[in-house]
Amino acid sequence: MKNKNQRWLSYQKEIADDHYYFARSCIRQNFFPASETIFLKILREELGKDIFDDPEQTTCTGIAYHSGIIPLETTMTVVARQFALMTRAGHENFVCSCVTSFGIYIEVLELWKHFPEQEKKTREALLKSTGLDFKIPVNLVHTSDIIYKFRDQIAAKASLKLVNCTGGNPLKIVDHVGCHYAKIFPDKGIGGAEYPYVLAGLIDAWGGEQVDYPERRHCCGFGFRQYLIKENRGYSVTNSKFKFESMAPYHPDLIIANCPGCTFFLDRWQYVISEMENKTYDSEGYGIPVLTYEEVAGLVLGYDPWDLGLQLHQVDVEPLLIKLGVIYSQEGKYKGMNGEELGKPAKPQFLKTH
Amino acid sequence: MESFYQLLSNDIRFQEGLKACISCGTCTAICPAAQVSDYDPRMLVEMVQTRNEEVLLELLNGDAIWRCGECLSCKTRCPRGNTPGHIIQALRALSIKTGLFADSKQGNLQLEIKRTVGEHILKYGYCVHIDEIDTGKYPEQGPVWEWFRENRESLLARLGANYNHEGAGTLRKISNRSLEDLQAIFIETGAMERFQQIESGSAKQAKDEK
Ligand code: SF4
Ligand code: SF4
Repeated sequence: MKNKNQRWLSYQKEIADDHYYFARSCIRQNFFPASETIFLKILREELGKDIFDDPEQTTCTGIAYHSGIIPLETTMTVVARQFALMTRAGHENFVCSCVTSFGIYIEVLELWKHFPEQEKKTREALLKSTGLDFKIPVNLVHTSDIIYKFRDQIAAKASLKLVNCTGGNPLKIVDHVGCHYAKIFPDKGIGGAEYPYVLAGLIDAWGGEQVDYPERRHCCGFGFRQYLIKENRGYSVTNSKFKFESMAPYHPDLIIANCPGCTFFLDRWQYVISEMENKTYDSEGYGIPVLTYEEVAGLVLGYDPWDLGLQLHQVDVEPLLIKLGVIYSQEGKYKGMNGEELGKPAKPQFLKTH
Repeated sequence: MESFYQLLSNDIRFQEGLKACISCGTCTAICPAAQVSDYDPRMLVEMVQTRNEEVLLELLNGDAIWRCGECLSCKTRCPRGNTPGHIIQALRALSIKTGLFADSKQGNLQLEIKRTVGEHILKYGYCVHIDEIDTGKYPEQGPVWEWFRENRESLLARLGANYNHEGAGTLRKISNRSLEDLQAIFIETGAMERFQQIESGSAKQAKDEK
């Protein structure tokens, strides 16, 4: 038993307890625009933590880098600038809100360890171009790592569990951790590449049931340049389809994704597949809702689903809300800032919406 | 002139990515690109390992190196510590640097990414931005996105974003100071030069085709 526990310890990682510097994500901001606000609210108001949201931070360039349009030196120097902003703000615990960024930051730090002369060159390039200098973060994690760390505190404040309100059975939930969370540097992700537990831990703590299915670890199909180039997008939708086909026999009620890109693809490609083949992966024709972990945490804490931005998902979330017994206003779904009516989105051809 | 192999060896990703391949095929078995296209990382690593300049030329001016999706699943699984995805990064960089990318259809498509993601970084401070994503270029976005985009001022305000305004927050306007920093870094570290190489290589190719 001791041996087993020790082995599991090697799959754990250090996650700072407080005082974070926050780095936003290109994709999460656009496609799940309430998620980062909810993350900050949970940290500050529910958990009483200190986290700095710096207006001067930018992209890490990860999408451009993995598409091959900018050099490694550029990415390293932009990363160094982010660290310099953290240093200037008096912080040392860096938290990023994107799995691609997480992979980029770790890769840069590892390369600097293996090639110290490269770190020196980057420092010189940063100083010359911006006048800035930096310290290496003491702790560097992904936003979901922090939600994972405080999952029991969130459970203690929860107003609902991830169970079906009629019958009380746990909801069946698929987790998708995203390739760059633990496949590049397995020791940097909770549970490593073999047993990623960052989202599964949330499912367990909040009352749901994990779905284990054959393609659980398969890529969502982003493929960087393969999605960005319109004629290559078959790559992306096909890989997502492998996953949907593989998970469908287990009848999942919900997919939770770690990476904003994966969340986006698993949502939108269900719509595309329904348009192309009149096919959905649930029994009712609505598709399987796909949420970010911040959105799920918000639901568990009893926040209004339309304040979480759930009306912006293409796969309708209402079937999930009904299962969870969330009381929500149907009229509120399509209202704007001052309660004004904003009309409704057009209906897809086949994918059902409420 | 340095050989292609020498030029590749100067790239630290190549040094990290290629130890000694035993041609076991594990990378190909788990590779999402191999599942959906005529692409085979095992074969590619074998070709690189020959160090044969003609074989390397075939890679640098062909489509294969552009098929990888950079998921890096191969890094986790290779029993010899190779990373085909890193070797690809070095090959792509060299292909652009030498102008050979423009000889292949897939290589030429880099222009599309430079003109979207590349330019968005310098304009908005982020790789993607709602103002640039319409359902013409991105039809998979679907009707909810269309509705969101039409009503973005109001919806983003409702969701606590700081859309197009100064200060902190979701989708805020990035300060000139930060954009200038990015621009200066891009000039200093060779990104502007690479943008230029992509533009001129593709322009030359378009002219030759005419
Ligand atoms: S997994 Fe590694 S050793 Fe096996 S073929 Fe691929 S690169 Fe070569
Ligand atoms: S990084 Fe490229 S070669 Fe490696 S598994 Fe992913 S798609 Fe295949």
